[in-house]
Amino acid sequence: MTKKDNGISFNLVSRQKFQDLSSEEKLRFILKEVKKGRILVLEYGLTPTEQTSLIENTMKEIEQDTFIGVEMEGYGEDTPTFLQKLFGMGKRPRMTMIGPADLVKTVRKDDNMIQTKIIPGRGAK
Amino acid sequence: MGWFGKSSLSSIIQRVFGKKHAKIGIYGPPNVGKTTLANRILRDWTGDIMGSVSEIPHETRRAKWKKDVKIENGNSSLTMDIVDTPGIATKVDYKEFMNTYGLSREESRRRAKEATEGVIESIKWLEGIDGVVLVMDSTQDPFTQVNVTILGNLEARNLPVLIAANKIDEDDSSPATLKSAFPQHPVVPISALTGYNTENLYSTMVKHFSKKRRKKRR
Ligand SMILES: Nc1nc2c(ncn2[C@@H]2O[C@H](COP(=O)(O)OP(=O)(O)OP(=O)(O)O)[C@@H](O)[C@H]2O)c(=O)[nH]1
Ligand SMILES: [Mg+2]
Repeated sequence: MTKKDNGISFNLVSRQKFQDLSSEEKLRFILKEVKKGRILVLEYGLTPTEQTSLIENTMKEIEQDTFIGVEMEGYGEDTPTFLQKLFGMGKRPRMTMIGPADLVKTVRKDDNMIQTKIIPGRGAK
Repeated sequence: MGWFGKSSLSSIIQRVFGKKHAKIGIYGPPNVGKTTLANRILRDWTGDIMGSVSEIPHETRRAKWKKDVKIENGNSSLTMDIVDTPGIATKVDYKEFMNTYGLSREESRRRAKEATEGVIESIKWLEGIDGVVLVMDSTQDPFTQVNVTILGNLEARNLPVLIAANKIDEDDSSPATLKSAFPQHPVVPISALTGYNTENLYSTMVKHFSKKRRKKRR
């Protein structure tokens, strides 16, 4: 993993950015960023099928001394309310955090909040 | 074996299993007790065992299956083909096998490599499955990404899933947390280790997996 400066990059990825990408492009973007040591927070998460593919692709890219995989935490899809359905809105994936597993760790996760921490020793100096 | 190459996976599963029965996968994160449960099911209903169990995660690194497992529940019964799958994870760190479990460096690296292949194999099997027993460790947080992903995947495909809230013999287990976390699916608290409440799991399996799959696509 390359880290040019001492800080840790935290990138917030807007829904607009992802709307224009195909599933494959999204997954490629995410893994490329995460392998550079960046932590991403996606405003608009991945569908269950995309999540499954991301796990599969992550496993293919693991290199034992440089990339051990991802830490990913998000929620299931929002079920649309009756009114939203009426207006043609389908299920929407919710906010998701994805980062390199050797850098970020989930402390706790419940229905409403995801608590993460940067693994000590790798944080900004 | 490497037989995933040419023909499609579903055609392979078809060949392995024939067409008749429900193909039920036992899924979940590593170390939650999938193989312990698979062994108990087979021991109770066929007299065989499925595979080896270990406190070290990623013990199962190839899917294993047993055909024609007939589970009875009173007057009804269901014959299933049962698949025990490798634990699904988003990361595999060989150093954990060395530092936490004292495996040698070489052994750890091999186990980690096979573990990543095992995760991929589990995901491939997911395509051809008719229903899932999702095993969770009821001493741990329910909303882990692996649980969320597997559930989301099955829900999107309208496949029946039953949650086995395992390890309830442990003092700090909280099956009630799992129940309230996933109200849309049956949650059965069990101990695969002691066999506690497995009769309840069996009757729920027969009922839940016999339902005609209501909205199966295509
Ligand atoms: N206390 C307790 N321990 C259990 C129970 N079920 C399984 N275990 C233990 O949990 C550990 C993991 O069990 P396995 O059956 O190998 O778990 P698995 O889900 O198949 O794990 P992988 O194959 O690595 O994905 C072993 O040490 C088991 O003895 C249970 O109901 N209660
Ligand atoms: Mg196992």
